[in-house]
Amino acid sequence: MVKTSFKIGNVEFKNRVFVASGTFGYGDEARELFDATKIGGIFTKSLTLKPRKGNPPPRIVETASGLINSIGLANIGVEKFISEKLPLLKQSEVVIIANIAGGTIDEYCKVLEKLESANGITAYEINISCPNVKEGGLNFGTDLKATAEITKIVRRLTSKPIILKLTPNVTRVSEFAKVAESEGADAVSLINTLVGMAVNVKTRKPKISTVTGGLSGPAIKPVALAKVYEVVNAVKIPVFGIGGIANTNDALEFLIVGAKAVQIGTANFINPNISVSIANGIEKFCLDNGIADVGMIVGTLDTTGNESVLKSWL
Amino acid sequence: MIQKNFELTKITPINSSITKLAFHAPEIANSVLPGQFINIKVDETTVPLLRRPFSVYYVQENSVEIVFGVMGMGTKKLTLKKIGDMLDVLGPLGKPFNVSDNEELSILVGGGLGTASLPLLQKHLIQKGKKVVTFLGARTKEYLLSSYLTDVRTATDDGSSGYHGTVIELLKHFLFENKKKNCKIYACGPTPMLVTLTNVTEEYNIRCEISLETAMACGFGICQGCAVELKNKEVGFALSCKDGPVFKSNEIIL
Repeated sequence: MVKTSFKIGNVEFKNRVFVASGTFGYGDEARELFDATKIGGIFTKSLTLKPRKGNPPPRIVETASGLINSIGLANIGVEKFISEKLPLLKQSEVVIIANIAGGTIDEYCKVLEKLESANGITAYEINISCPNVKEGGLNFGTDLKATAEITKIVRRLTSKPIILKLTPNVTRVSEFAKVAESEGADAVSLINTLVGMAVNVKTRKPKISTVTGGLSGPAIKPVALAKVYEVVNAVKIPVFGIGGIANTNDALEFLIVGAKAVQIGTANFINPNISVSIANGIEKFCLDNGIADVGMIVGTLDTTGNESVLKSWL
Repeated sequence: MIQKNFELTKITPINSSITKLAFHAPEIANSVLPGQFINIKVDETTVPLLRRPFSVYYVQENSVEIVFGVMGMGTKKLTLKKIGDMLDVLGPLGKPFNVSDNEELSILVGGGLGTASLPLLQKHLIQKGKKVVTFLGARTKEYLLSSYLTDVRTATDDGSSGYHGTVIELLKHFLFENKKKNCKIYACGPTPMLVTLTNVTEEYNIRCEISLETAMACGFGICQGCAVELKNKEVGFALSCKDGPVFKSNEIIL
């Protein structure tokens, strides 16, 4: 029997695999294929105070081992989420971490307060890092003062875990993690998508409507690992590793680097059950290697000496 | 909706660039409705990364058929498959054509590979006892996909089969001559064809459902990538994968 559970703040999660915000709707779309009670929890789509229609099409384009999206935080709004989605999710005993976005700090607070009074939310992830909206979003995540202010204010509104979702689109992401930690965040999650673009050479037009968008998928995994490595060496609070995780091996890399848990994103689009497979895969890895607790893998990166890459390269 | 590996049982080249594949998939064959689609992961690699959507062309004896042209890497890789290979399929997905309306005549219109969703549709309409006529358009006669279809009128860009011109011109002649009061059009094809068709159906005040081809990542509503602009500005966008791919032509902006 392998111990898979772990704690953030005062909340214990079943295991260390989650689905990332914006990559699994509100958690109810793939019920036929996916038992969300088998994973640590679901980070919801970003919820805003008012419903958002999102950006015009085309919103997605595939690139080499990656996907650029410009959804634009399309969502039904926090009130509809509470009235239409939350009751069903509560019945199914899925662990819900609400991802919150807004154009102003006041909006973040209002969304959080509404969710707090609704019950059924286990923790909050504060999205200060979406690159696809004109207002708010990325601006908060690239400004240290704004990151500090928003963390400080939402911290006062709840006793539940607060997780700051950080952008890789800054020079030193660890500075933002440190600020979040010092203002009372219980954890940080990274990375959100990288700003990317793709162009049709025949028409010379950008392939998505907003010209640039957020790059995700296996293409960004090496960047994500490096950013997680940077942050786990800078803060003591837990880190959720996100970025291009598509199988058990990918998830293990993030844990070894020091992420306490992982979030699966783009891979959900290809295999809606991938997060359950990865959770099972991590447990099997531990069983096969005589590891009693998945936590024993976390932060075990050995940076001494050199790894021979020849065999796997060939 | 299921996700499963199914065995490829038949590969039929239609012409130099169009291929028909059949795979044994009773779960899908016995549940799919006309206009629905399946999402195939063409191989284990990350290039291409995403699944590729295909209309279900036909079903028979627990077997599902798709037809496709080589458009990019996904379809190219599919043409390299061999009988006995397993296909990772997700489906059936999407909302089907509504075949429950009480039209006097059902008119099917397909352009190029857009014909792919029509044979199954015609089968269902005929099973409901409806009178069906089908209009197919293509560049040349080699690209006309008329298998399984009956009462077909064709139009080709080069005049190699049927009417020399577009399928919508041919349809207009038919509508003008027949002046059917209670008919309904079901269509699938390239966007410019659908735009012209929508104008014609408005002119003749005919109900019309169209099936859209859009790029999509997931196929069942979690990525929100396949947005379709709605005429209803209050709602804004619908998702082609979940709210479509079939829409009433007067509800969307092409």
